[in-house]
Amino acid sequence: MEHIELFFKSIFIDNMVFATFLGMCSYLAVSKKVSTAVGLGAAVIFVLAITVPLNWLLDQYLLQPGALSWLGEEYASYDLSFLSFIMFIATIATMVQLVEIVVEKFSPSLYNSLGIFLPLIAVNCAILGGSLFMQSREIPTLGLATTYGVGSGIGWFLAILAIAAIREKIRYSNVPPALRGLGITFIITGLMAIGFMSFGGMLTGGDDEAKEEVTTTTVEAEKKIEETKALADNTIKVIE
Amino acid sequence: MGLLSKKDAKLITDPLADNNPITIQVLGICSALAITAELKASIVMAVSVMAVLAIGNVVISLMRNIIPSKIRIIVQLVVVAALVIIVDQVLKAFAYELSKTLSVFVGLIITNCIIMGRFEAFALANKPWQSFLDGIGNAAGYGLILIIVGFFRELLGSGTLLGFKVLGDPIEKTGLYAIGYENNGFMLLSPMALIVVGIIIWIQRSRNKALIED
Repeated sequence: MEHIELFFKSIFIDNMVFATFLGMCSYLAVSKKVSTAVGLGAAVIFVLAITVPLNWLLDQYLLQPGALSWLGEEYASYDLSFLSFIMFIATIATMVQLVEIVVEKFSPSLYNSLGIFLPLIAVNCAILGGSLFMQSREIPTLGLATTYGVGSGIGWFLAILAIAAIREKIRYSNVPPALRGLGITFIITGLMAIGFMSFGGMLTGGDDEAKEEVTTTTVEAEKKIEETKALADNTIKVIE
Repeated sequence: MGLLSKKDAKLITDPLADNNPITIQVLGICSALAITAELKASIVMAVSVMAVLAIGNVVISLMRNIIPSKIRIIVQLVVVAALVIIVDQVLKAFAYELSKTLSVFVGLIITNCIIMGRFEAFALANKPWQSFLDGIGNAAGYGLILIIVGFFRELLGSGTLLGFKVLGDPIEKTGLYAIGYENNGFMLLSPMALIVVGIIIWIQRSRNKALIED
């Protein structure tokens, strides 16, 4: 159950592109044609599904405070968490290289469709972001980390597919000259992000776990609600 | 300019407008959008990126003749990651609250495309001093957009600037609020950042027709 919940949450509610703006550079640069967008999206799913669980293992057994205790008592007090950036990015860069070599060797047809995108991915913020969010949200098990990686990858795939399709069609519309290209893409993405915010209510059931994992968006929304409440209280006072 | 030759000065001024990293080169969007709900976070982010980019550019430029081109991406990533760790630790030590607000986005400076982009396009082929100026210039162009977006989002969204209530108090009904002004809470939500950047691009390209894409 929690796998399904996390899966849908990472696709829709915490969508990489629309909720946290990760991987925007390649999202904007490679979304001119649907076919290339599909290629990059597939590569992102692939790499996220590998690197997030791998970095989870690193985090759990190497980086967290006290993670080294499996080596013996005297190592239990070490806290290497400041090394996480460099460890994560090194893992990602080497994994991308490794995946490229393996895919080239065993599946030339897949390599031909993914190949050119793989090097691009090492510096895609969505990949590092996936690992960093995995760390900061303290995902408890390896299985859940894999689910999170695949889910976020699919979310990113959906986003780039949608924008590429829209951009192919918008070429026939009469956009103001100064907005053409980049400008209108930004605004469309903004509108799509507003649409995706409506998924926010999908998982706000009664259970406590879901409540703990409030996303930044809901925190902001709550702030707003509190402000409104304060305003309402004040109005009531004034009326009285 | 006594200190800078004309060519060097251009390295700084160019990225501020006509070659802006965000609106023209489309680099480094991710972090630019996610943390701009407050002006203070935007400023801190801009300064962090400036530090990382300027120092990183110099380091890469010093090493440019000894980096084998096949493994240059990994070398670049290690340099950036080391610098970002320093920035992160400094922020955690001196501005803990703020580093909580920025959360993972400090770490994401590593994959900020501006940094890798400038390393690849400039630092690998130029001398340290020019690379330093290029780093400062590009980070300033990036910071400028961040600060503009942060300014409008905080002002319209919560009626404050850097935490000061510049438009009066919404609860006490003073200042603008006395005549019925309301905060636009929507500005605080992430989609508005995209739309604000879109509008900045619109304004910039309407003023300078040469930048229009077809």
